[in-house]
Amino acid sequence: MEKFTVFNGLVAPMDRADVDTDVIIPKQFLKSIKRTGFGPNLFDAWRYLDEGWLGKPQSERRPNPDFVLNQPRYRGASILVARKNFGCGSSREHAAWALSEYGFRTVIAPSYADIFYDNCCKNGLLPVVLAESEVDRLLHEVAAFPGFRLVVDLEKQTVATADGARAARFEIDPFRKYCLLNGLDEVGLTLRHADEIRAFEERRRREQPWLFG
Amino acid sequence: MTPRTLYDKLWDSHVVHSEEDGTTLLYIDRHLVHEVTSPQAFEGMKLAGRKLWRVSANLAVADHNVPTTGRASGISDPVSRLQVETLDANCAEHDIVEFKMNDLRQGIVHVIGPEQGATLPGMTVVCGDSHTSTHGAFACLAWGIGTSEVEHVLSTQCLLTKKAKNMLVRVEGPLPRGISAKDVVLAVIGKIGIAGGTGCTIEYGGSTVRALSMEGRMTLCNMSIEAGARAGLIAVDDTTIAYLKGRPFAPRGELWDRAVAHWQTLKSDPGTKFDKEVTIDARTIKPQVTWGTSPEMVVTVDERVPDPDREKDSIRREGMERALTYMGLEPNTPMTEIRLDKIFIGSCTNSRIEDLRAAAAIVRGRRVASNIRLAMVVPGSGLVKAQAEKEGLDRVFRDAGFEWREPGCSMCLAMNSDRLEPGERSASTSNRNFEGRQGTGGRTHLVSPEMAAAAAIAGHFVDVRQWR
Repeated sequence: MEKFTVFNGLVAPMDRADVDTDVIIPKQFLKSIKRTGFGPNLFDAWRYLDEGWLGKPQSERRPNPDFVLNQPRYRGASILVARKNFGCGSSREHAAWALSEYGFRTVIAPSYADIFYDNCCKNGLLPVVLAESEVDRLLHEVAAFPGFRLVVDLEKQTVATADGARAARFEIDPFRKYCLLNGLDEVGLTLRHADEIRAFEERRRREQPWLFG
Repeated sequence: MTPRTLYDKLWDSHVVHSEEDGTTLLYIDRHLVHEVTSPQAFEGMKLAGRKLWRVSANLAVADHNVPTTGRASGISDPVSRLQVETLDANCAEHDIVEFKMNDLRQGIVHVIGPEQGATLPGMTVVCGDSHTSTHGAFACLAWGIGTSEVEHVLSTQCLLTKKAKNMLVRVEGPLPRGISAKDVVLAVIGKIGIAGGTGCTIEYGGSTVRALSMEGRMTLCNMSIEAGARAGLIAVDDTTIAYLKGRPFAPRGELWDRAVAHWQTLKSDPGTKFDKEVTIDARTIKPQVTWGTSPEMVVTVDERVPDPDREKDSIRREGMERALTYMGLEPNTPMTEIRLDKIFIGSCTNSRIEDLRAAAAIVRGRRVASNIRLAMVVPGSGLVKAQAEKEGLDRVFRDAGFEWREPGCSMCLAMNSDRLEPGERSASTSNRNFEGRQGTGGRTHLVSPEMAAAAAIAGHFVDVRQWR
């Protein structure tokens, strides 16, 4: 996956709580057997006035001018600020793929659903957790200042305004941080423990053979 | 020794390796595979030049995308067909046991695992589907994963994860007449909210839970994810063991006895402290109906659609207003006045034989109301369907005007052609009432099988406790 180090990006607001993964990428797009191609269908039901399906030509789509990401000032946004429990519901990793492919590198929210949080980390999409009051302030600033940008520094674990006047620290566990900073493949890391896995498995097979029927 | 919760025990017994920060390599006993979240994982494994770690851990079935009618002629939607064929090809290439679409054992992955005895106490069970929490009813640690993790399990038989907190949901007392496990779990979600269990594994305990059948327990654990918890758990007891005996994948003979002896240890130690505890009095639970676009937006059938003007929190109020607009509802409307267009009895939450029996008992000898455009029953598996037919339940449903379909996920998420049209309103025994979940613009009300059946006959919600 792509490394995440320091990132300076245009911010877009998603001023809602409990945005679920069904909304982030509706089920009709999950019929794809590929990992790519989901970006144009991110938030599909909110983003377009017509109903979308897999393979529908983009030229036939009618963007909803009222949807926040369709506003010209948020074109090219790469940091999404949302309210609590972002990414709840279905485990579909397609939600993280769609956000990434659209161009987001970071989501900032007060909290996330657990599965979505993990899925983001495995795709180089950094889920930043900030206090509700800080997110509230950011949402006001994004609305007030066209072109509002933030600098996300994973090494320092900070989100700063582009002028550097204000920075907020965020927490992330060291292992996830390490993988994101280095763009590491977790399967490769795990396979370094292959002998331990085999030993564990053998012991388990002896002690509880019914699990291996 | 420090008393441990059931979750602590399951966790401890699967640790292969752990790092200082708590990141743990956890061994996975059972991996359930379906067509939607696995193709990219198999492809990733192949591209990386890696091999499947342990074939026998995997069990596959196509469920999300399969049609529920006309199966003899295959899948007509070419995109869905390709996804199912891709699963078939991946299973064939890796020798993974797969129940194909026309196999009697085919069904919803969370129905067939337990039905086959492929879900056993003490296991870790994962699947690329958030409702994997269902399997926790068997005192196994079961949770939903993304596709990268599916690939990780295929390639290493492990997952890298961190331990969650322990949460206890205790439900005490006898369930009133007409109240089922679905009402219990919706009441729990109504109380703690859709993020109330985030970061936790929920263990369900108390006399109500102990009195539930395995099917009721599965319904309860199934919707743990709707409370934000990746996993739900229930301790082993005689009900668990009786359910598993003789199932095709369950151990037999001397191994069965050894397994049972081990399974009986799978409960939280007395005096264990949980990080969070919630208690609910079952006697106070009434039939639940969701009114909004998240499972926590739930009221009882004798209540009215909530009024956002009474909500003080502005973010919540805006959420309620958006939900009411989407749902096409006016505040303060009695729930029993909400008229419906479609009825769906099915999904990994409520498609097992007891669910169908309960719904059939309501429907027997009556007719679906004239305003209902479609009332459908989608059994959870081919075996559930066959059992229901043996009992004549299919006749009961058909005679009333229900459609009797082939097993699959169907209109729970509408990946196949079973769906709501824009503006249509359903009473559904499934688990999610999110915007567009059952079809773009569709409006979903989550209820129990009994409530869905009664709503089909009346054409609107009715209090099933007064059903005569």
